[in-house]
Amino acid sequence: MWEIWQGIIAAARLLVTLDADLVEITLRSLQVTLTAVAIGSAIALPLGAWLAVQRFRWRRAVIATLNALMGLPPVVVGLVVYLLLSRSGPFGALGLIFTPTAMIIAQVIIVVPLIASIAHQAIRELWSDYHDLLLSLGASKRQRIATLIWDARRALLTAGLAGFGRAIGEVGAIMIVGGNIDHATRVLTTAIALETSKGDFALALGLGFVLIGLALLVNYAIHALSRTEREGRW
Amino acid sequence: MSAILPARAEGLTVRRRGRTLVGPVDLDISAEGLTILMGPNGAGKTTLLRALHGLERLAAGRVLWGMPLRAARAAQAFVFQTPVLLRRSVIDNIAYPLRLQGVGRAEARARAAEWAGRVGLAQALERPAEVLSGGERQKMALARALIRSPQILFLDEPTANLDGRSMREIEAILREARAAGTRIFMATHNIGQARRLASEVVFLYRGRVHEAATAEAFFDAPATPEAAAFIRGDIVE
Ligand SMILES: Nc1ncnc2c1ncn2[C@@H]1O[C@H](COP(=O)(O)OP(=O)(O)OP(=O)(O)O)[C@@H](O)[C@H]1O
Ligand SMILES: [Mg+2]
Repeated sequence: MWEIWQGIIAAARLLVTLDADLVEITLRSLQVTLTAVAIGSAIALPLGAWLAVQRFRWRRAVIATLNALMGLPPVVVGLVVYLLLSRSGPFGALGLIFTPTAMIIAQVIIVVPLIASIAHQAIRELWSDYHDLLLSLGASKRQRIATLIWDARRALLTAGLAGFGRAIGEVGAIMIVGGNIDHATRVLTTAIALETSKGDFALALGLGFVLIGLALLVNYAIHALSRTEREGRW
Repeated sequence: MSAILPARAEGLTVRRRGRTLVGPVDLDISAEGLTILMGPNGAGKTTLLRALHGLERLAAGRVLWGMPLRAARAAQAFVFQTPVLLRRSVIDNIAYPLRLQGVGRAEARARAAEWAGRVGLAQALERPAEVLSGGERQKMALARALIRSPQILFLDEPTANLDGRSMREIEAILREARAAGTRIFMATHNIGQARRLASEVVFLYRGRVHEAATAEAFFDAPATPEAAAFIRGDIVE
């Protein structure tokens, strides 16, 4: 018990003094996850909108697959990305394994189904409201998708935040493809795993506080957004 | 500007799940005037309007406009029975059709503000459309439909559920639009309104045009017992 208290006090000191390691790791986490969410959103939002607007033969199958992929175990994503990027893999020549880029690739794969699925739901609802008007006005397919994405932007922001929440706390995939290399690919979650196994609870807890803080922030933001949406303030 | 009118529907038929909702309907839409579409609930007025506008898949028949279909679509506008509200401000709702045509934001909004003024929504420009009252929503939808200066405007019971004053205001806007050269084709259940506005009446009964006549002829001497009963306010089975 005493050890844990000591850890908490040390963690608080690291936070208050803005410990260099802690700041570096936090910033890298944010950099990797924000990049992954940005790229993931750029793929997933139009995909979700397109699935809502476009009728085609395999649509249902694609949507079902997307929903299933939401439950994809990150460790498996990590394994597959590892196999693809490892020195002997098909993309090994790019030299991406054990780099932040590899971690971003893995996180993009993890967040795209989640963001696309939430986006699809929101946009499908909006589309059923807008359908007749947009057809009557002769909106092109691109214009329809642009209108829907813009008018559903709050719900889509929520989708992006959900993706961020999932990616920032994820450890399995980025551990495998990033390798948790100090000053290169170490991020909040992988560092916590390492420090805990080493028994250095101070840094682990300090990083844990940061992670919890970020997660809370994201959830508050989602909450606030969905409330303004319900109240009809756009 | 080439004209989309006169137009003609030939053998227009809409079917759903093996049931014929409308048709076959043959109908001439002359170049001028205001046609009122009447008929009991479920007669197929909404379906016919949507089919004319090109929103329904036709089981048979066609609509022939005075110009190629793509251009003809752009020269039409439709006001739905329940106005569609974009999740935007009133002014952006009204400006939206212009934005789709590539008009710049500033100009589109300026023209939208002008239209909002014409329909009496000058005070509501920046309000979200969702907070508008029923009558205001209809006026907004009307401004949005008229902003492209359509050659023909379809309206599906635009004054259902509105009080007398809102109804008069909307009728005034329609008269102005008509005077400005817009052909109007409108469904209504309100016989008083039909008498006030119509130059022609199409009476739809069980999915078919039961009677089509000038307004005078229709109201003074309806040719069918169903139309006569409808005008009297009797229940038409
Ligand atoms: N998608 C659909 N599938 C099956 N039946 C439909 C569909 N749309 C409309 N109908 C039916 O077609 C008939 C005509 O409907 P429509 O809405 O055109 O009538 P209406 O004359 O506009 O009636 P109202 O005066 O009540 O507005 C109705 O019996 C309706 O139930
Ligand atoms: Mg109707």
